[in-house]
Amino acid sequence: MSVNINVNTGKNKLRRRAALTDTNLLLFITIGVFIVMYVCAIIFLGKGFTKPQAFFNILNENASLIVLSCGMSLVMITGGIDISVGQVTSLVCMACAVYLDKDHGNGDVFTSLFIALGIGLAFGAVQGFLVAYLEIQPFIVTLAGLFFAKGMTTIINSSQFNVENDQFKVLKSTEVNVPLMGSYNKLGEYIPGYVEIGVLVALAVVIILFALLRWTKLGRNFYAVGGNNQSANMLGINVKFTKFMAHLICGLCAGIGGYVYFMHVGSGSPSHAAGAEMNAIASSIIGGTMLTGGVGNIAGTFFGVLSLSTIKNIVASLGLDEAWWTNITVAAMLCIFLLVQSVILARKNKNKK
Amino acid sequence: MTESNNTIGSGKSFKGFVGRLVQNQLFIPIAALLVLVIFNLAADPSFFKITLDQNSAGDPVLSGYLITIVDYASELAILAIGMTLVTAASGGQDISVGATIAIAGSVVLRVLCGTDSRPEKMQAPIIVAFLICVIVSALFGAFNGALVAFFKIQPMVATLILFTAGRSIAAWINNNELPIISDPSFGYYGNFIPGIPLPTPVFIAALCMVVIALVLKFTNLRLYAQAVGINPSSSRLNGINPQMIKFLTFVILGVCVAVAGFIKVSRLSTINYSVVAKDIEMDVILAVALGGNALSGGKFNMTASILGAYVIQFLTTTLLKFKVDSAAISAYKAVVVIILVVLSAPFVRKKIGELRKKITARKVKAAKEGV
Repeated sequence: MSVNINVNTGKNKLRRRAALTDTNLLLFITIGVFIVMYVCAIIFLGKGFTKPQAFFNILNENASLIVLSCGMSLVMITGGIDISVGQVTSLVCMACAVYLDKDHGNGDVFTSLFIALGIGLAFGAVQGFLVAYLEIQPFIVTLAGLFFAKGMTTIINSSQFNVENDQFKVLKSTEVNVPLMGSYNKLGEYIPGYVEIGVLVALAVVIILFALLRWTKLGRNFYAVGGNNQSANMLGINVKFTKFMAHLICGLCAGIGGYVYFMHVGSGSPSHAAGAEMNAIASSIIGGTMLTGGVGNIAGTFFGVLSLSTIKNIVASLGLDEAWWTNITVAAMLCIFLLVQSVILARKNKNKK
Repeated sequence: MTESNNTIGSGKSFKGFVGRLVQNQLFIPIAALLVLVIFNLAADPSFFKITLDQNSAGDPVLSGYLITIVDYASELAILAIGMTLVTAASGGQDISVGATIAIAGSVVLRVLCGTDSRPEKMQAPIIVAFLICVIVSALFGAFNGALVAFFKIQPMVATLILFTAGRSIAAWINNNELPIISDPSFGYYGNFIPGIPLPTPVFIAALCMVVIALVLKFTNLRLYAQAVGINPSSSRLNGINPQMIKFLTFVILGVCVAVAGFIKVSRLSTINYSVVAKDIEMDVILAVALGGNALSGGKFNMTASILGAYVIQFLTTTLLKFKVDSAAISAYKAVVVIILVVLSAPFVRKKIGELRKKITARKVKAAKEGV
């Protein structure tokens, strides 16, 4: 929406400021919620949350989710949705696992990376083509993609197994120390804080996509297409190509996210990353990306993932560690943020009139 | 439909007849059914054998693949009824039906079992359990409906909330226990009533179809749902309350889910929260799409949707018979969905229409030159 009001005449200045707050309001809410939640966790639950490593562990566990959510945000900004990312992650894991494992393919790590990216790009390209050029509802297309990926995962291999590959094991166990963020254990020894390689990949993806959305023509086109399809078309933007690119990048993110997930778990299983698409959508929504398109921010998505995983950790440390409580809290959080969005949108429409 | 008017030759000629047949909405599901039937006849004719056996209780029951199809398609057909209405009115689909079935089933067991998870006999009459399950399920439908109608959230995203939380809520209702009902009379609704050789779900599905046929015949639901689906603001100007209609369709779907959930738990007399009715939403949406209904809302054909449900079950049973892994089936179905949506995409339709026009124009030209 912000693109529409970029005309900087004096009369529009006031409206522009209002538009800015509208766009960023959701982002501020997210960051606020995250900080409040983390501070509350430190105050009331203490112990675990005070160490920097607790925060790094959240990053380690959710690196792939961050990548997936960034791709998802991109598609959602153009007004679409991609629910296949979770199962694509699972498919990537299984394909790479079978390729790398000693008993199966016994391939090398470098090629497996290309397999992951190839699968992601293939899904992104096909789905993007169907959505953008054949104008089929994105939800139906990606639902089919979800089920296709699910079926393919089982066809490749139907049971869980750990990967036995020396090269890969080295990669998996590599830890990157974070300076000055360590802690002292009971004996007074210094234990450095560490993150996995996946986290660095995830941060790189966040920064690249953030820059893409903010400073490139393609990035601004995403917002324009999501905000208003027809006026974007009249401005001379290639709407179909823009939508296609959004799905392609999302597919690529699914491939990268899949490999990051694979590096974290080091095994292939049909049940890997179950419901990841749901978490990715929830993170994007919590991060202030509007489902109607045109509004969103990668930084917000990043904080969305952090909020979501913090609340999961809080639920776990409260002793309610059954899987169902996590699901219910996540759903409740999603519901609240959806309602907030809906209310903001309604107010916006009212102001327009 | 308009394309058929462009074809040359009067409606009486054979070509015109074929044209009209192809244009008919029932054509796609019937054609798909025929393809499946021919495939099965060619591969293994014993697929169509129906035998009269005796079950463990000594009652006569019919068995065979065809009976299995008709039996297990019942839930799909019932859900397809509600999903068609939701699709028509809101232009989106409810993806939480599987999760809500888990909730509905859990409620039935909770009422019947009381506090004990393995009671000697049922703690409440079955009809009470069923009614409570209908109310709870309709409430969850109303929750989805309110999000869609009043808060204007896209249906698929609004129902994503229950899609995530549904199975957890179902587990929570029964304290994560798996109650089992040992009373055989509870199993009548999902299996066989002694003395009647056809499975009971078939009759329940038939009853639901009759009810919805009567509702569509004697109320304005069909007209209103279609009007809202085609253009909400103009239907509002014509005195229809679009929000109320959307809300109502979700509540109706909730009731359908309750019936389907009741059948599901009755089949096994127990429930497995994470597995029951898994991926059923995909099948139901596929049934609606296979019936030739536009997934973006508007006009609908209930008969085609219900027929679509039976075709889907036919496909599933065929795949299962040929020893396809049950988890891999989804890949085949996804291919079917993609083919269907591509064929029904506006862009492709336009191209096909243009192609047909070109051919007819060429023919007319050729005919004129001939004269």
